[in-house]
Order: sequence, then structure tokens, then C-alpha cells
Amino acid sequence: MTGSQRGLAPPADVVEAGLSTARSAGCVVIVEDTSEAEVRFAVNTTTTNGVRRARRVTVASVAAVDGGLAVGVATRSGAVDVSDLVRAAEAEASSAPVAEDASPLLGGVVDAEFGAAPLETDLSVLSGVLSGLSGVFERAERAGTVLAGFASHAVATTHLGTSAGLRRRHVQPTGAAQMVARTSEGANSAWVGVGTPDFADVASEALEDELVRRLGWASRRVDVDAGRHPVVLPPSAVADLMIYVAGSAGGQDAEDGRTVFSKPGGGTRIGERLSPLAFELRSDPAEPGIECAPFLTVTASSAEASVFDNGLALGRTPWLRDGRLEHLQYHRAGAALRGGQVAAPGDNLVLELAGAQGSTADLVARTEHGLLVTCLWYIRVVDPATLLLTGLTRDGVYLIEDGEVTGTVTNFRFNESPVDLLARTTDVGATVRTLGREFGEYVNRTAMPALRVDDFNMSSVSPAS
Amino acid sequence: MAEHVAGRSSSDVDAVVAAALDEARRLGASDASVRVEQIRSQVVALRDGTIETSSDDTEDGVGLRVVHEGSIGFAATADVSVDAAARLAHQAVGAAKVVAAVRRRPLVLAPEPGHGEVSWSSSYRTDPTTVPMAEKVARLVEWSHQLLGAAGIDHVTARVLAVSESKHYADLQGTVATQRRVRVHPSVEAVALDPDGTFETMRTCAPPVGRGWEYLDGEGWDWDTELAELPGLLAEKLASPSVDAGRYDLVIDPTNLWLTIHESIGHATELDRALGYEAAYAGTSFATPDKLGTLRYGSPVMHVTGDRTAEHGLASVAIDDEGVQAQSFDLVKDGVLVGYQLDRATASAAGYDRSNGCAFADSPLHVPIQRMANVSLQPAPSEGPTTAELISGVERGIFVVGDKSWSIDMQRYNFQFTGQRFFRIEGGRLVGQLRDVAYQGTTTEFWGLMEAVGGRSTYLLAGAFNCGKGQPGQVAPVSHGAPSALVRNVNVLNARAEGGR
Repeated sequence: MTGSQRGLAPPADVVEAGLSTARSAGCVVIVEDTSEAEVRFAVNTTTTNGVRRARRVTVASVAAVDGGLAVGVATRSGAVDVSDLVRAAEAEASSAPVAEDASPLLGGVVDAEFGAAPLETDLSVLSGVLSGLSGVFERAERAGTVLAGFASHAVATTHLGTSAGLRRRHVQPTGAAQMVARTSEGANSAWVGVGTPDFADVASEALEDELVRRLGWASRRVDVDAGRHPVVLPPSAVADLMIYVAGSAGGQDAEDGRTVFSKPGGGTRIGERLSPLAFELRSDPAEPGIECAPFLTVTASSAEASVFDNGLALGRTPWLRDGRLEHLQYHRAGAALRGGQVAAPGDNLVLELAGAQGSTADLVARTEHGLLVTCLWYIRVVDPATLLLTGLTRDGVYLIEDGEVTGTVTNFRFNESPVDLLARTTDVGATVRTLGREFGEYVNRTAMPALRVDDFNMSSVSPAS
Repeated sequence: MAEHVAGRSSSDVDAVVAAALDEARRLGASDASVRVEQIRSQVVALRDGTIETSSDDTEDGVGLRVVHEGSIGFAATADVSVDAAARLAHQAVGAAKVVAAVRRRPLVLAPEPGHGEVSWSSSYRTDPTTVPMAEKVARLVEWSHQLLGAAGIDHVTARVLAVSESKHYADLQGTVATQRRVRVHPSVEAVALDPDGTFETMRTCAPPVGRGWEYLDGEGWDWDTELAELPGLLAEKLASPSVDAGRYDLVIDPTNLWLTIHESIGHATELDRALGYEAAYAGTSFATPDKLGTLRYGSPVMHVTGDRTAEHGLASVAIDDEGVQAQSFDLVKDGVLVGYQLDRATASAAGYDRSNGCAFADSPLHVPIQRMANVSLQPAPSEGPTTAELISGVERGIFVVGDKSWSIDMQRYNFQFTGQRFFRIEGGRLVGQLRDVAYQGTTTEFWGLMEAVGGRSTYLLAGAFNCGKGQPGQVAPVSHGAPSALVRNVNVLNARAEGGR
């Protein structure tokens, strides 16, 4: 990662210029610089690639209107004339209705590095992965397997300033490498994926080794019917399910009676025990290995997060603690109105059971009979009242007999609620850094344990392979 | 050529384009195409009549794709300037050189002639992004209060998404295309809380369309009627029985069937998926090229086309992001797989002479990949039956209206869909609604059970703004035309029972 300005103005200058030209009751200026590099491959060769440099500038202007405060928001990309953008946001605010999410803008903190340039990345970050790939392709072709995958690295630099004096800067590196191997006749496939901030510890040969091991499990094929089965879910599959739990934790939606966290008859289930196990599900900017921004950036208000809360300091937020629902997401105005506690959506997610030990392999070893489901896919909400999700298994479902993987089985469609799964979990492993197969692109920073559930609902068989 | 393209003077854009293409040529690129784009996207969302979300986001950028000694390279920046464009050529050629060391086979693009200067616009009256936000809010407030005033409604959410795209494309073949498209998606959802602690929702079925603000004034959709019916439909749904799981004959309205077409035909006939290019992410397809011309996809009444030309179609253009002219083609004819959606790389890999114009990117900063055309199920030729006539032929079944939840496997076999409204059919007549309905199927079995399609009078161009594909993920709008259809003996689940309740 290197610092570079090139043709775009220094972001701190853009923030200051925007704030100094503002004429309204309050103003927030956010500059988001992103630098990305990626390579994609399929059918044992590279396909597309890209390097890009993006900049988004967002201005939120606050205006005093009849009955309260209104806000106008405008976003533009590239070499933005920020005074134009401020005028556009101010015009918007002056004709907008009263904002229900209004709170005083935040001040107080000034980061020492606020004046520093955004950081950039390029394809050289991926050189460790790329240098091994051509050998990996060659061996795959000899073995009659077909590889596809993706390696990407991004660095996002955020500069945020408010007319109340706040100046924050954050640099967020994000990377991921994924690889799928399919046997040439298409009958078997396997996936591996890792999240990483810098690719320091990612080698394509290591991904290849794991894929070869998984395809080896597929030498015996066993027919298993749909129905309720004991299932071991590795951390990646657990991540995709828990992302839905956190994503359904809106306080207002719960109060409105529209989610799994609504209390029948009104109110929310905060304080209610959801699992007999003492799970903690949390977001924490300081989580080792998956650190993320210690302050909130919001470019458009929602029920859970407000543009008025830009710069809000973020700390450890348990969504579940000791198996009980602890927090739902409220912006400051919503929390004040509803008597709840402020909790902002986080940029990482951790599920942990204190004292739980063991890897996915250990959970398999502790399972007499069941299925190892490596990936979940196309997960969608069927019934928000229970958070019933449907989805498919993908790229590797294996039979477990007497603590060992003994063969491969068909794919299934499942219908399950992740909230119910936490209540029915019968074994839990140690929490480790993982990448969700489906949602890892959007929530890269997750740490999860493997879980076993003894009556997982496989609704029907999927012929996909 | 227009005075302004992509939000800039045409001379400024010409200079940026020339800087990128000239430098790419000088660096030895055998093929190069550049896009200068401006995309304005707005969201206004209300909850119970008060504003919750308002955003107005204008994305500018320039993206350059080169082919250099058999390798592809792509570079893009939000900095739309002559200097930045020339740097892109170096970055894109540099990227091509990086992957040249890794790739096993050279990339070949199917040829496409130059089309000279092309200027095109989608059909609309009022660019929806130019309507003041205050007017957008006012319209949603009016709709929200209309529903909040009705008996039995506890909450109402209302939103409108509005997009305006201006794209300037140029390549080394001499095609220079300036294109403008708009689209709009208004939706309103009402919520009724059930005394038992659960709730039911009912959303408008009005599809997203390639139209302007006039859509909200009733051009292309009867908003007054749908909003007036919503409270009664929701009250009836809340009081209706939970479905008994089992096999039912389904009459499926185009407001639901479009999504089944999208998932089980649209994605399955993308050639890049069928060849394995999406194996790590979006998935592959059961409809592989060796089955072209022989795979029985469905019953003989099944005729599915792909096009990038339909008026108001969300995937309609004149020239795609590889310089290929928009076309219309058959995918399934008389129930048999006969075609694919192509881009220039997959067309060449599979031995086609020419792409059929299905390459595009969702942003100037993303590389074009094979994306979905408007994929549509054709109505019955001549008059064809009405929806009521299809229903009259069903003894015990369900009439399915509106889309809701969707999911399908990585090879596009096993799907499960829910909907907005499920009407029980008994003796050829509708007799009230059902709750908790989900239908599951396997693609070729399901389409094989399609006994009849409705006539032209039942046809609707529906679609979505949020079709996802590719790595990094790209999100594209696409339309799907469909008539009503009668599908016999489909597996229906009770969603509450599936959840163990």
C-alpha cells in the first residue's frame, strides 16, 4: 500500500473546503477513497481482472425548518467541486420534511493523521497468489480437475468531518482469495476461501492442497434422503447464517412487530434467552485480526443508522450475550425516542462460546453420524417473523460415520432459522477467522466457530453438482 | 452528437476517450474499448409516512479494457480527465502483462464490425432523477397516508428508486456510441399484525421499468386501483387458512412468473455460466453446450427469447459494452434449448461467429462481463387464453400473484419461490386466499408441466433492479416478459411447517 494523490485533491482539503463553504445549521462531509485490484480465473486460466481508483464525496446538510431539523444529502464521485455539492445538499435540506432521526452533530475528536493521503493498492499485492497459480492450473489439468476462483485486495480510506469540529480518518484494507475445484465430469466440487488484510499468509498452493483433500473424500458416493439430519457447519457456513441474524437486528423493525426479535403483543425480545448455550454474537472494531473502523460512517440514513450520527465512536457491541438478546440497532434519535440503547451496525461479526474448543475436523471427530456441509448458498428469507431462511448446500456435502468423513453425498435445499439453530446447537468449536461463502464479499471480517445441529431441516434434494 | 454526454461537454469527453484509446494503441493493445459514464441513483424511503432514507448519488468514471498479446486488462478511475485516461492505458496494459504470466490460453474475442457513430435513448418522458426530491417525498407521503387510513393496516413502507444513466462508449473498431437510459421502481408495502404475534405483509406488484416519472402518474401501471385494493387483500390474507402442503395445479401471474423465468431460464442460458466461468461464485448451469438443440427444457408451449431491444426493457440498449449491436434471439423454442446469451469471449470460446450483445458492466469502474438480456416467455400465438380462462381449467389449485422470496441452486435445478398473494382455486373459481405458500420445483420438470400459456392480453414486462453476478459483484437491472401460465401438479410447501412450527 502506498500513499498517492495523483489527480484528485487531498481528501482533508475537500472536507475543509466543504465545511468552510457551508451556510446551514450543520454540515457533514465524507470523502471515501477506494483503491482495488483483482484477478479472476476459471477453466484453469485467468479470465477478467481490474485495477480501479474510486472516490465518493458525500455532504449532509442540516437545516432548521418548521417543527425541527431537516437534512439533505448529496453524493458525487470523482474530482468533485465540493461547494457545488454543499449547495445541492443545502437546497435539498431546505425543502425536506422534518428528519425523525435528527440529533446534534458530533464533535470533539480530531485524528492526528487527518491530513494524510489515502492509501492505494495494486496487483503486486496479489503476486504471492498469482505466482503459484500457473503451477496450480497445470497440476489441475493433469489431474482432470477444473479450477475457478478470485483474488482481490482493496484499501478504503475514509475522511469524515463535521461542522461541530470532528475530524476522523480510517484506513481499511480488505482482501479475499477463493478457489473452487470441480472434477472434469462435474460430479464433485469443493470450495476454499480466506479473508486477509494483506495476503501475507495466502498461497495458492495451500488452497490447492485443501481442495485436493476434499475431492479425495468424494471417492465414495452415498445416497442420502432429504429430512432432518445431524449437520456439522464449518465457520464459513456459520458466518453466512449469523450475518442474517445481525442483519435482522433493527430495533425499529422489531418494535414494529416485523422481525424475529419482535415480542408478540408489542416491544422487543431484548433480554430474552435465545439459546441455552452462553453464545456471544458481537461486533467489535478492536477484534484482533479483523479490526475495522472505530467510528460510524453513514452516507444515507436508514431505520438503524443516521447521517446525523456520523463519527459516532464504536465499541464492542454484543448482539447476543450469555445466549440472551442484548442489543438491537438504534441510531441516537431512535434510542432516545424508544428508551433503547444506541447500537450501530458493525463492520465485523464474531460468534463465540467461551471455553468452546475444536476445529471443524474436531467436531467431525466428535460426531457419530451426520453430514459435513461445507458451503451454504443462495440464502434468502422465507418468513421474517421466525427468520426462516431457505438456501442450498454447495461444493461439498460429506457423510460423517464414526467421527470420520467417509464419502460424499448429494446437495440439498434447506429451510431453517439461524435463531432456532443457536437454540438447538449440540456442539461448538473454537472461534476462528473465516470468510462466508455467500456474503463474505460484503461482510469480509468474520470470526466463527464450527457448530453441530442434530436436526437440521434438509427440505429436498438438489441434483446440482 | 449531443452537446453534453455523461454530464460533460462532448469535446471534453472526446479528449478523454482519445487519450485512453490512443495510448492503449501506442502501447500495443490489439483491442481497446473505453466507457465514460455518469450514473445518477436516487432512493427515497418512508416508514409510516415519515422519511427514513433519502440519497442522491451521482457516479462518474472512465473504464478502459484492453486486449494485449492475448491477455485482457482492465483499469478504471473516478477521475475523468485526460491525464487519468492516459494513465489507465498503462495500468490496463500492465494488468494484461501481469496475467499473461499466469494464463494457460490466449483470450480471443469474437469479431464485431465497427458501427460508427450511434446515438440512442430509452423511451421516457420525464427523467425521474430530475423530479425534485420534495415531489418524490410528497408522492410517497400521499400513498402512505392513503393506506395508513385504511382499516387493519398497522404499518406502511413506501419507496422509490430512480436512476438515470448516460454512457459514452468508443473502441478501436470505430464504434462511438452515446446512450441514455432511465429507470424507476416505486413500491409500497402494508403490514398487518396478527393477534397471534406474527404478521402478514402485502406489497404492490408494480414492476420496475425502463420508464420515467410518468410511470407514477399511471403510464404503464394502474396505481390507483392497486393501492385501493391492497388493504382489502391484506385483511383477507390475514384471515385466510394456512396452506396444506401437497401437489397443486398453479396458475402463475406474470408478476410472479418473471422471477422463476429469471432464475431457472435467464441464468441457466448464460453461456459463461454454462462454460464454467462463474463456477466460483454465481454458479454453473445444467444446460451445457453439448445439450444445445436436444435438451427438452419444457413443454412444447414454451418459447423463450432473449433481447436487448424491448421498449421499456431494463436491459435494452443499442450497443453493448463490447461494441456489439443489440439483438433479439431464441433461447428455448418448442420446449427445446436452442440458444445462449453471449459476450465476445464466450462466443469465441464456444465457436459462435458473433456475440449477441450481452456484455455489460454496472459501473464505469467495473469490467464488462456476460450479463442478462431481457429474457421473456412468449405468450400463446393468436388470441390465447385469458388468466380467467386458465383458472377455469383448474379443479384444485392456487393462483400465484407477485414475487417475494426466491432461491435456486448453483446449477439452476432446484428452486423455491413464495409470493405476495395466493388465491385458492376450486372448481375453476377463486375462493379466497391462502397463507404460508411456497412452491418448489426442478427446472426442466417444472417447465415440462407447463400445460398452457396465456395470450398477449396477459403479458407483462416485469423485472428487477438487483440481479447479482460476477466477482467483484455487479448488480444489474433486467426485464422479463411473461404471460400467465398454467403449470400442473407442482410441489407446494407450507413455509411455517418448514420452519418447524
